[in-house]
Order: sequence, then C-alpha cells, then structure tokens
Amino acid sequence: MSAVISDPATASQSPTWHVASRLVHNRSFMIGAGLVLAIALLTLFAGWLAPFDPLRSSFRTRLRPPDATYWLGTDHFGRDILSRLLFGARISLTIGLLTALATGVAGTLIGATAGFFRPLDNPVMRLMDALMAFPAILLAIAVAAVLGASVPNVIIALAVATTPHTARIVRASVLIVREQEFVEAARALGATELRVLFRHVLPNALGPLIVRLTYVFATAILAEAALSFIGVGPPPPAPSFGSIIAQGRDFIAEAPWITIFPGFAIMVSVLGLNLLGDGLRDVLDPRMRT
Amino acid sequence: MARPILEVKGLTTTLAGGTITILEDVSFGLQPGEVLGVVGESGSGKSMLALSVMGLLPKAVRRTAGRIVLDGEDLAALSPDRWRERRGSDLAMIFQEPMTALNPVMRVGDQVAEVLRRQGIPAKKARQETINLFRKVEIPSPEQRVRGYPHELSGGMRQRVMIAIALAANPKVLIADEPTTALDVTVQAQILDLLRKLQKERGLSLVFITHDLGVIAEIADRVLVLYAGRVAEIAPVRKIFDNPQHPYTRALLASIPEIDRPRGRLVTIEGAVPSIGAMPKGCRYASRCPFRRDICEQESPRLGLVSSDQAAACVQPFGFEKPQEEALA
Amino acid sequence: MTFETVIEARGVTKVFSTQRGLFRRRSVGARAVDGLNLTVRSGETLGLVGESGCGKSTTGRLLLRLIEPTAGSVLFNGRDLTELSTGELRSSRRQMQIIFQDPYGSLNPRMTIGDAIAEAYIIHGIGDRASRQRWVLEMLDLVRLPRSAVTRYPHEFSGGQRQRVGIARALALKPNFVVCDEAVSALDVSVQAQIINLLQDLQNELKLTYLFISHNLSVVRHISDRVAVMYLGRIVEIADVDALFTRPAHPYTQALLSAIPRSHPDEPRHRHPLTGDLPSALAIPKGCRFASRCPFVQNRCRTFDPPLDPTPDHSLVACHRAADGTLPAYSLNS
Repeated sequence: MSAVISDPATASQSPTWHVASRLVHNRSFMIGAGLVLAIALLTLFAGWLAPFDPLRSSFRTRLRPPDATYWLGTDHFGRDILSRLLFGARISLTIGLLTALATGVAGTLIGATAGFFRPLDNPVMRLMDALMAFPAILLAIAVAAVLGASVPNVIIALAVATTPHTARIVRASVLIVREQEFVEAARALGATELRVLFRHVLPNALGPLIVRLTYVFATAILAEAALSFIGVGPPPPAPSFGSIIAQGRDFIAEAPWITIFPGFAIMVSVLGLNLLGDGLRDVLDPRMRT
Repeated sequence: MARPILEVKGLTTTLAGGTITILEDVSFGLQPGEVLGVVGESGSGKSMLALSVMGLLPKAVRRTAGRIVLDGEDLAALSPDRWRERRGSDLAMIFQEPMTALNPVMRVGDQVAEVLRRQGIPAKKARQETINLFRKVEIPSPEQRVRGYPHELSGGMRQRVMIAIALAANPKVLIADEPTTALDVTVQAQILDLLRKLQKERGLSLVFITHDLGVIAEIADRVLVLYAGRVAEIAPVRKIFDNPQHPYTRALLASIPEIDRPRGRLVTIEGAVPSIGAMPKGCRYASRCPFRRDICEQESPRLGLVSSDQAAACVQPFGFEKPQEEALA
Repeated sequence: MTFETVIEARGVTKVFSTQRGLFRRRSVGARAVDGLNLTVRSGETLGLVGESGCGKSTTGRLLLRLIEPTAGSVLFNGRDLTELSTGELRSSRRQMQIIFQDPYGSLNPRMTIGDAIAEAYIIHGIGDRASRQRWVLEMLDLVRLPRSAVTRYPHEFSGGQRQRVGIARALALKPNFVVCDEAVSALDVSVQAQIINLLQDLQNELKLTYLFISHNLSVVRHISDRVAVMYLGRIVEIADVDALFTRPAHPYTQALLSAIPRSHPDEPRHRHPLTGDLPSALAIPKGCRFASRCPFVQNRCRTFDPPLDPTPDHSLVACHRAADGTLPAYSLNS
C-alpha cells in the first residue's frame, strides 16, 4: 500500500532519524553495538582499569595461572595478561578502525570514480580485479614485508588488501543511484557533475559501504592477529591481540591462558562487529537481506 | 438469481497483529458466467482482496473474519493444503506483470504443460493441449512459441501465456489483478477482447480488478467500488456509470478526462486516500466528501440497498434525496 | 497563421549502442529516435503520444539535451543547443525544465523539500539565503503545498504531493519551456485530476510552453493544443487536438484511438486491431516503419519511407495513402 499522507501533527523525520529509530528495534544491531561499546570503553580507560603495567616483566611472577591477583594469569615474562589485553585492544582496535577508515576513503574514491565517470570504469575496475586476484592476507604479508613491520604499515597493508572489494561495493551502489530520476532532475537544473556526485549520488549510495566497513573492521582485527602470529605484525614489546597469542604459542600446553584469553577477546570483538554489521545491513541495505 | 459460484462474506484482513485493518467487512457474490469488475485506487485493498480469495496473503497480513465460499465450499475453513488444491483446479489468477509471474528459465510451453500434467494428463497429450491453448489465446504460430522463453515474448504475448496457464486448470473462477495495466493501449485492447471472447465461450466467471474505469466499461457486468478497504458501492455496470449512488463513485467518474467529453476543468477529489495506519472513525471518505454531514464522521455507514441490485455505503445516497442542495445550504 | 517557435528539433537522431560479444566486440545500435523533426510553439501544450518503446521519453530528453543526440540539432529560442558548451548549456537550463513520472524516484530522499527547491537557485548562484528561502515558500504556495513542507522529507508525502514538489522544483527558475514526461501517469485517478488542473493553471499564470509526453490518450486530449503521434522513433502525425481525435489521418493514429477503452458500457465498440508486434529498434524495417502492421498497406509502403507532409487541414502526416487520399474514411463510431 503506497497511500501515505503526511500528518502535520508529527515532527519532521529526517531519513537519518528514520534509520536510527529502526536500528533501535534491531536486536542484532543492539547486541553488537553493546559489545562494541563495552570493548571500546574498556580500551579507552585501559590506563585506569589495568591493574599492572603491561610491559613490566618479572621473573618471579612468570607463567602464573589466573588467580586473585592476576585475574587472567601472566605470561613467560611475568607480565599481567589482563593488563596486556586491555592495552593490546588499543592497538588491535586502532588497527581495525583506521583500516576501516582508510579503506572507506579509498574505496569510496575509487568506487565512485569508476561508477560515476563511465570512461574510467573499465581501467579502474580491472586494476581492482587484479588486486583482488591475490589472497588478501598474502597481499598484506607482501606489503608488510616490503615496508617493514610497524602499526602504520600493518594498516596500509590491510587497507590495500580490503580496498578492491570495498570499491566494488561502492561502485555497484553508485551505478544504481545514478540512474534514479532525482539525479537526472539535478542535471536538468544545471548542476555540475561534481555537485551531482557529492550532493545526490554519494549520500544515497553509502549504506552498503557502512555495512562493509564493519566487516572490514572485524576482518582487520583478525588479520592483525594472523600477521602478528607469523611475525609481520606490530613489533614487540607493545601488546596487541595477535602478538600476545603469538608469544603464548610456545607455552600453549603449560600456560594455555596466555592464548585463550586474547583469543576470546578477538572472538568477542569480531562477533560484536559482525552483529553490528548485520543489523546495519538489515536496515540500510534491504536488498541484501536473505 | 442463481446460486453464486463465488461468495465472499464479511471479509476482514489486518496487518501488524490486528492494529491496522486493510479490508473491512467486504462482501460480494459472483454469479456463474459473470464478470465482476473491482475498481479502486492504490490503498483501496483491491489486490489484497484478490490474494485473500486465492489464499495467498502475505505472511504479515491475516484474515480475521469472513467466509470465502467457492461453489458451496468455504475455502477459509479448509486446511492450507486443501486450499492450494482448489487453487490449482477451481481458482486461477493472472497478474499485472506477467514477466515476474512466469519462470524465466523455463520454456513457456512447459509452464502450461506443467499445469496439465498435474491433472494427470500424459506428457504427449499435454504438449498437444498446450498448443491448443496457445491457439485459443491467439498466440501466432503456437507450435514454435511453446518452445520460447518468457524474455523472447512481448508483454502482450506473455500475458496471453499467463491466460493460457490459468485456463489450463479449467478453473471455475478466474481472478485477474490489473492484467492490462502494464500493457500499451493497443495491446490492452487485444487482451480485453480476448478475455471477453474466452469468457463468453467458456462461461468463465471472472473477477477483474483494475483502477481504470474505462476498462471496467469495456468488460464488467457488475462493478464493486472499493475505497480504503471498504465497499463503497456495488451495482450493475450501467447503474455505476449512469446513476452512481456513492459520492466517491460519482467523483471518480467525473475526475477522469474522457475521450468524448468536452474538455473543461476536471472535477477533483480533494486530499488523498487516508493512510492505512490512520483510518478515520466513521466514513472513510468523509474527509474528502463535499456532502458530508456530522454523522459521517461519527459512524461508518453500512452497505445498504438503494434498489434491488444496487447498494451503497453512504448515509445519504443520491437516489434517496438530493444531497447537493443540502450541502449548499 | 504565424507562431513563435520555442523549440525545434531538426533531424534529431539518437542511437543507443551496446557492445555485444566477449572477444570480437561489435556495436549494436538501437535507433530510439530517428531523424525527428518537431516544433513546439510558444504558449502551447504539445502532446506527444505513442506506445512504450516508441522513443517519446528519449525525445523529451533530447530536446533538453539531457542526453546527447547522435545527429541533428535542437534550436531553443533560435540557439542551437547541440553547439553550446557545458557552461552555456548549464545556464540555459534556467529556461527549460522537466517534470518526471515517478514521484517517488524524482526527489532525493536525503534532501528536505525546501532544499530540493532551493537547489535550483544555488546551482545558478541566484539570491542570498534569505531571498532563496522566500522564493521557496512562494513556490510552495504556487503549487498549493503547505509552507510547513519546507523542512520535511519526501517520504512524508503522498504521491500527489511529491509531484507538486517536482513541479515546484521545475518551475523555480521560471522556465518558459517544460517537458512533462508522463507527469500524471503514476498517480491515482483522483489525484491525477488535481495535478492536471494545477499544470493548466500554472501554464496560464506563468505563460508556460509544455511538451506533454504521455501514453494516456484521454489525458493528452484533455490538456493538449496539438498532438504528435510517435511510432518507432518517428513522428507519424501532428495535428490540432480536435482534428487528430476526430479525423485521425494516419492508420497508426486510428488504431491507437480505437483501442482507447470506452467511457461508457453502452458505447459501440469498433476496433481497428493491430496485428503483430512492434518491430525492434535494432532492425528498423525499410520503407514505412508501420507497414508491417498496417491494415491498409500497399507495396510501395514496404519500399519507400513516407515523408511527414502537410495535409489540407494544417496537420502533418507520414503516410503515402493519406497523402493520396486513398485511405478508407475513419470513424470511431461506425
């Protein structure tokens, strides 16, 4: 039924407000958002919450199982796992967030260029296809190997690996929106192509991108762990989820808590982000709903 | 009158757990061999009416009251499986957009033959019968066309295939939901001619849903006017055109530019159909009705007989008094 | 009689080419509009009718140079639009506008009604914030929408109200030529009448010239002064509205008119049925393009393409037999 008339008594609802009100009723989104918010707060206040200095090592306290003092135990340098996790989350989440932002900006620029300026479509997207042909993790290893292991390099590596798919999503979305009548209406009014792109096409094409970025965020956390595990992640001694696990690898039989708790932290973060993304997808991108 | 082949009594459907009423207390009968035109604007619930009779309501919509009696049997009391069986044999439907109603990866002939096979007709005979059906719906060179795919056919041809599929089950009642709306006017004329011919030949009972009063004039014997989920008026087609009793029917007729009427300013119906979530108390047309009285906003008018074969849901239909003077006073 | 011409299409052709084949790519061209000649006179409403795929919407966009013609020229107030630079074209858009069919798709869902209308002024750098605000409110008054609409979003409005917004946006720059592309086709009949009346009122108030594109012949007859009938990318007949509807000269126009549903059940039915399907725009037949479906076809029709020639009663028809006067007399009610 399409018969809708406006009721002058209700307050004006912007599309953003509309989306927000639907998100609040989406269980998946709310659980995901709750988890992500909790992790973010823990990370933000790591300085106050951490019972010990995450870098302070002590031979006397090495490989302690979880107890009343060291809630999550200690590693082979005697460092408190809980403190390392809280600070490690900082690096892992920063990598995730910055990777998502970087791929978001790059993917939007590339995808919008390809989707909106037709002559550029083929060359740009074939280049993306070529990048996509490499497994993302392999690409990240290669970039990290060439540039060296550091947090910024890990971000660059992951952003390069995730950008082609992101660009493809933005392009697909732009291709749909640019055929709509309001875009033609703007041209008929005399709008320049850049105005059409930034004022009319992009704002209506970014729903799928936002969903994609939550997945990139989650993927980046996982990928950081994988890179650290094989030794091309953020360098020690600064902790990250991946480096804590990597260092605990050799003690997995005698001190499984060193690897179990960061593994659990990764799982919760990724689960939270994926639930958040699923909820966003349901609301922003009904076409994708299964 | 003979016993109606299809009778709908007090049909009410709701959305969102009963808070929103889509159809309210809709009743009508369809005589054997009759064409009942159902006319309404968007939001009138006319498509919901078709789906209700077919038992194909979307999940969110529930039938909360009413009987749907097909040839003496209440479909609404049947199990979903039994209803589906009746749908395959006694009830058939054609849709507005034949492209989405046809399977795109199946030869059109096979889609007709499938219906025949379900009735136990052997494959070879079904193929022959399919060609006969294609001939009946006037598809040129049917022997070749049965092997085609939907995308190879024009819109008109696709609608003919849909009609052939509907006829294959040899239904007692055919429901056509805006079958010509998506077609060009010359193709629409062909499909209307075809439906009329088939209806005469086979004595088909047809419920024809449309928003176009011109199409109604072409094909209907009787007309049901739906407004915002309620029956506004039901009458033989000539009475609807010559002597409409409900102010809405009257305004609808006047608001359409006609090909043979002098061109003056069009009569308009002010405002728009109330949204389904915010139906007013009382008569749903009251806010747009130039003849409304206080009572119209309080009580919803019942469908009452104006003459032996014409009923309108209006506290003061035109036949009884002259409401115009009263409105002017 | 002399008329001031607002817009004139001369031999305008649009070929949409698509690439086919994976390795040996070849271009396949659909001639959506093929050598079209058309003039729109100042202050009139020219109806443009035809069935889907005939190229009528493409014609509307070509006249506004919203799509680039493959060949031909469009003269707008004497200036050739096809020769204008991007910048010149952009500023000439102040004088010509378009109203779209789909009231749901033609408004940006993320812009308020006020912003959608004000964008016209912003694009052309007219006025300051305060005066733009004032003009937007005036436009809302003009299309009979409440002023409170200005801060609201499209999804809060009905189809008819959105169409009014589309009209306000199109008229914001005070154009003199407006293409109405199926502007009332998506609306319910009761709302359709409101919009038709509004378009007519605005035409009188603002001295507008309309190209009214529609597949609905009754609506076209109601609103138009002259009517052009299109078939497969060409105009086959142009005439004053009354002449066209009472004495259609081209066999296609006749078939089209006879297919209109009757307005009353007792009216006699007399069809000139069309057989066959519209030929594909990818392979336009030689000769008269209507020959394959014409009930009055002769041999010459299949070889020679009839020109759009004037007839005695000031209309133009592209038909050999209409030119000779050898077509059977037409009557809708015979």
